Amino acid sequence: MSGPNTDYDPVEVTPLKADEVEAMREAALAAIAGAADLAALKQVRLDHAGDRSPLALANREIGALPPQARKEAGQRVGQARGAVNQALAARQAVLEAEHEQRMLAEETVDVSLPTTRRRRGSRHPLTLQSELIADLFVAMGYEVAEGPVVEAEWLNFDALNLGPDHPARTMQDTFWTEPAEDHVVLRTQTSPVQARTMLTRTPPIYVVCPGRVFRTDEYDATHSPMFHQVEGLVVDEGISMAHLKGTLDHFASQLFGDGITTRFRPSYFPFTEPSAEVDVRCFVCRGGDGVAECRTCRGEGWIEWGGCGVVNPRVLVACGVDPEVYSGFAFGMGIDRSFMFRHHLEDLRPLFEGDVRWNSAFGTEI
Amino acid sequence: MKAPLSWIKDYVDVPAHVTTDELTRRLTLTGLKLEAVESPGREITGPLVIGRVLTMEPEPQKNGKTINWCTVDVGDANGTGEPQGIVCGAHNFAPGDLVVTVLPGGVLPGGFAIGARKTYGHLSAGMICSARELGLGEDHDGIIVLPPDAGEPGQDVRPVLGLDEEVIELEVNPDRAYALSLRGIAREALVSVEGADRFRDPAVRDTPAPNADGHPVVVEDPAGCPVFVARKVTGFDPTAPTPDFMVRRITAAGMRPISLAVDVTNYVMLETGRPIHGYDADKVQGAIVVRRAREGERLTTLDGTTRELDPADLVVTDDSGIIGLGGVMGGETTEMSGSTTSILVEAAHWDAVSMFRTGRRHKITSEAGRRNERGVDPTICEAAADRVVELLVEHGGGQAHPGVTVVGSPPAVPAIRMAADLPQRVAGLPIDSRTVVASLQAVGCRVDADGADVEVVPPPWRPDLTDPQDLTEEVIRLVGYDAIPSVLPTPPSGRGLTRAQRLRRRIGRTLAGEGFVEVVSFPFVGASDLDDLGLTADDPRRDLLELSNPLNAEAGFLTSTLLPGLLRTAGKNVGHGNDDVAIFETATVTLPRHAGPAAILPVDRRPTDEEFAALDAALPAQPLHLAVVAAGDADSGGWWGESRPVTWADAVEAVRSVAAALGLEVTASAVELAPWHPGRCAELSVDGEVVGHAGEVHPTVCQAFGLPKRSVAAEVDLDLLMARAVDLRRAPSFSSYPVAKEDVALVVDTGVPAAEVEQALREGAGELLESIRLFDVYTGEQVGPGRKSLAYALRFRAPDRTLKEGEAAAARDSAVALAAERTGATQRA
Repeated sequence: MSGPNTDYDPVEVTPLKADEVEAMREAALAAIAGAADLAALKQVRLDHAGDRSPLALANREIGALPPQARKEAGQRVGQARGAVNQALAARQAVLEAEHEQRMLAEETVDVSLPTTRRRRGSRHPLTLQSELIADLFVAMGYEVAEGPVVEAEWLNFDALNLGPDHPARTMQDTFWTEPAEDHVVLRTQTSPVQARTMLTRTPPIYVVCPGRVFRTDEYDATHSPMFHQVEGLVVDEGISMAHLKGTLDHFASQLFGDGITTRFRPSYFPFTEPSAEVDVRCFVCRGGDGVAECRTCRGEGWIEWGGCGVVNPRVLVACGVDPEVYSGFAFGMGIDRSFMFRHHLEDLRPLFEGDVRWNSAFGTEI
Repeated sequence: MKAPLSWIKDYVDVPAHVTTDELTRRLTLTGLKLEAVESPGREITGPLVIGRVLTMEPEPQKNGKTINWCTVDVGDANGTGEPQGIVCGAHNFAPGDLVVTVLPGGVLPGGFAIGARKTYGHLSAGMICSARELGLGEDHDGIIVLPPDAGEPGQDVRPVLGLDEEVIELEVNPDRAYALSLRGIAREALVSVEGADRFRDPAVRDTPAPNADGHPVVVEDPAGCPVFVARKVTGFDPTAPTPDFMVRRITAAGMRPISLAVDVTNYVMLETGRPIHGYDADKVQGAIVVRRAREGERLTTLDGTTRELDPADLVVTDDSGIIGLGGVMGGETTEMSGSTTSILVEAAHWDAVSMFRTGRRHKITSEAGRRNERGVDPTICEAAADRVVELLVEHGGGQAHPGVTVVGSPPAVPAIRMAADLPQRVAGLPIDSRTVVASLQAVGCRVDADGADVEVVPPPWRPDLTDPQDLTEEVIRLVGYDAIPSVLPTPPSGRGLTRAQRLRRRIGRTLAGEGFVEVVSFPFVGASDLDDLGLTADDPRRDLLELSNPLNAEAGFLTSTLLPGLLRTAGKNVGHGNDDVAIFETATVTLPRHAGPAAILPVDRRPTDEEFAALDAALPAQPLHLAVVAAGDADSGGWWGESRPVTWADAVEAVRSVAAALGLEVTASAVELAPWHPGRCAELSVDGEVVGHAGEVHPTVCQAFGLPKRSVAAEVDLDLLMARAVDLRRAPSFSSYPVAKEDVALVVDTGVPAAEVEQALREGAGELLESIRLFDVYTGEQVGPGRKSLAYALRFRAPDRTLKEGEAAAARDSAVALAAERTGATQRA
C-alpha cells in the first residue's frame, strides 16, 4: 500500500473513473477468457492481476483521493479486481483440468506389453501333495509325525515284527550302510515312524507321517530308488478295521473326488494283522460303463493304492503299548503314486529330474 | 504262482456257472490276488483241427531233403469234405495217424499266418504242426501224433492239446506258502467260492509203512531237518519222455520241462507244495547223513557254481562228502543225467529260517527254496515221495524199491487260545462264534470251543498261524473284507502342525516367491562329485556315510551337502536350454557321527528310554539343509531396460529372505570355502553362529557342473536357522515425531567390510538412530587407488519429542568418529 500521493491532483486521476475501471475489468476478463493454456494464463495474470496491472495501479491511486471519493473508488476497483481474480481462478481450474487430461492422454501406454521381469518360482509337486495330505488329516485332528531317513535297522524292521529271518525282508530291497554291523539302513518305509511315535507318545495316538523312503529299485518309468510314502497310525481304545475303512474312504474321497471309496483285499504285512491291500475306486471310470476302455485303471475299475491293517499286537508290545488296552490301525500309501494318479502322470521320472519347466508347472498349490 | 484251471479242478469241484472271472474275483477278495489269466493257445486263431493222414508220398528233393506229400482227412473243417493236400517235412508218422492240422486262414504263435501256397511242386493247403510251432514246448523233432482215441477228423484240436486251458496267475503273499501249490489253491477255491465242493487232497494217500530196507539215512541235526523220507526207483528208462499233460502243466506253471525224472519231482512240488530232490542213486555212496556244514567245506551245486559253505548251512552228505545243500539246491556229483536208471527220491522237511539264511547267503533263488523258506506242510513228505515214485514208475517204466526210509516226525503244532469275540472286535462287525468256528474249520483248523474262548490247532500247512490275531484275519477274510463297515473314528483335539512344520512351509513359499523353483534330488554321491565341488582333502564334508549296496558304484555314499545334486540339476537345465535357472531344495543331509552300532533290541518289551536314546545317538546326524543355485539372468531384459544377471548378492539375498521370513537377520562376512569363488563367498551367521554360506560359484566348479561362469549358490542348515526363529513377536511401536536425515560418505580401504563400517556407525550414532542405509559404493579417481567410498543415509528420530537443532548432526558426528576409530574411515570431502 502506497502512502498519500500528494503530487497528484486527485481530480486528474483518470484510472479511477468508472468507465476506465470498467474498461480495465473488461480487458482483463477478455484476456482471461482468451488464455489458451496455463502459460498464457500466467501471463494474463501478470498483466491483469499482477502488481503492475492497471487495476493494481488504479488501486494504488485510491489512497490519493479525497476521503469522500475513496469509498466509491475503492468499491469500484475492489469489485473489478474481485471479478478478475474469480475469473482467473475459474479459468485456471478449466485449463488445469484440460492440461491434466492432455497429459494423461499423452501418457497412455501399451498395457499388453510383457511385464514379467523376474522368473516365477514354484514348489515341488510332491511337497505340495504331501502337504495336502497332511492338511486333510490335520483337519481330522491328526498330527504330523516325523523320523529320520537314515534309520536304525531295529526300528525299520525288528520293532515292526520283521525279525532278522523274516521272509518279508526280502520283499523290500534295502539299502544298507557301512559298516554292516552298525545295523543302520535307509528306511524302506515310513513305518519306523510308527514305532518312534509309539515310543515317544502315549495313546490316544492319531498321526500321519509323510516322508522319503528308499529301496534298491533300478530307476525307470515306474520305479525309483527314492520315493515318498505317507504312513497313518491310530492307537486308541476300541479301534477296529471299520475305523480304518472309514478313515481311508474319507481320505480317498478328499484326494480323488466325492464318492470315491476303497476296497480291501486280504494281504500280508508283518506289522499288521489282519492286513489288507487298499484299492481305490478308479476316479476316471468309477468302475462304470467305460471301465473296459479305461486306461487309468486298465479296465479293473480299481487302482492299487497302498497297504493297511490292524497294528500287530507284537508291534504294540515292542513299542511299549499295552495290547490288552489299546488297538490300532496303520496304513501306508505312495505319495508319488497318488500324485501320478491324480495328475495322469505315467512316467515318474520327471518328478526327480528337476527340469524347471516341468517342476514350475504346478505353481505353489495343487 | 501260475495254475492251470483244469489242474485246480482236479482237486475241487467248482459249480459250472462259476466263470473264471468269478473264481478269480473270489480268490482275489480272499487274499490270492489275480495277476493275469493266460491261455497257452491265445496266440492261435483260425481252424486248428484233428486230421487223419490218408496218404503220404515221400519225395526226395534236389537239396537232399525228402518231403512228404500228404493227403489229410480234415472232415468238413475245410468246407468241402475233400482231403486236404499238405506238404510235410517230418517223417515221424504214418498213414492212419491223427495229426494236428492248421488250415489256411489260421495263425500260429508269432503271427505266423497259414495260407495255401505252392511249394516243392504242390499246392500245400495248410500245415501239420509240431509242438514248437504251437508254442507247446521246444519239441521240433517231428510233428505231434495224437493218440488214436483223440477224436474225429475235423474236430477242434484245442481241447485235446490243452490249448484252450486257462492259466491263472496269482500273487502269493509270503505268509501263504501253501498257496504255492495246486493243493493250496484248490483249497482256497473251496473256501472262497460259494458252492465249491468235494476237495480231493492230493497229499492224502495210502503210503507204504517205513521199513529198514530203505536207503540208510542219519539226521544229525533234527532241528534243521525234522523229517527225511527216502524212496528209490530202479530200472528207470532215462529216455522215457515226459507225458504231454505233464509238460503242458509244468510249462503253464512257469517251469521248464527238463527230463522225465526232473519233471516228475517238479510236478509233485507244484501239486503238493513239497519240494522233492532226486539223486542218481548209483552215484550216492553209502549212507546219507544230514548235518550242518563245516568250516571250509565246499560244494559245486547243480548250477555249476562252487560254493564256500557256512557252518550254518544244512548239507546232505554221503561217504564221498557233501552231495547237496539241503532244501536249497543239489550237488553236481549225484545229479540225475541221461543215463540215470536208479533214482533216490528225497522228500525232507527243512527248517525255514535255515533255508532263508542259506538262500540269502549263497544268493540262490529257486522254486524249492522259495517254498522251503516260507514253510511247507511237514506232514506230507511220505505222500509226496510216494507220489513221485508212482509217477516215475508209471511213466519211466521203473520199479518201486520196497525200501521206505522215514527219519524223524513232523513237529507238533501248538494250540492257540483266542477269545471268540476277538474277530468281531478287530473287524468292527458282528461275527458270531458259530461263524468264527466254521471259518477256522474251513481253513483246516481244529477248533474246540471253551467258554468265551476257542482253542485252535492250525493245520500243518499253515505255519503262519501262530497268534490269535492271525486266526482273526482268517475269520474276517472269509466273512469278507467287503462286509466291514466304514466308520470314522473320533480323534482327540489335535494341535495342528508343529512350529517346525509350519516354518518349513513358510521357507518353501518364501523361496518360491523369490523366484526359485523347488527340485527333489537323490541323495547319492561319489567322491568325484566332491572333487567337482573342489573340496580340499580335509574338508569335513568329505566324511560320508557309505552304502553297502549302492545302485551305482559311482554314487555309493549319502551326501553331506545338497550342492552336488543341485548344481548338477542346474547344469542339466542349462544344457536343456533353460538358461535362466534358479532352483532350491530342502532335504536332510547325512553327517556320520561314527558313534558305533545301533543295537538290535529285544522285541518282547519296550526298549528303555536309555536304549531308545542310544539308538538315535548311533545314527548319523541328519540336519535339514537348504540349498539354492541360480544361473543366467535374475531379471530378464525387455522394453523396460537391460537384463540383470545373477550375482553373488542374489545367493546371499535368498538366504536373507528365508531368515527374514523367520524373523531373523543374517550377517555376512568374507570367507574362503569351496565350491565358492575365494573372493566372493559369504559366511552367514545369525547371532554369531554360522548357519551357512552363499556367493558366486568358483569358475572351475561352474565348468565341472556345466554351468555358466558367475553362477551362484548358497547352502544353509535350516535346523540351526529354525531353532532361532522368532516365536512370539512383540508388537512394535513407532515414533510419530519428525525425522531428521543426515547423509555421510566415508572413505575406507577397499578391504574394510561395509558391514563393519555400518556396525561402527550404528553404535556411534546411539539411540536416536532409527535406520541406516548404504546407498552408494564408489571406487575411482576421486578416492584414489585401494580406497572406496561408502555413502550412508542416516535417519534420526526420538520416540518422545522433536529433536533439537544440532542433535542429529551431533549423533552423526559421533557415528563418524567411531567409524574412523574402528575402520580408519575418513569423511569424504
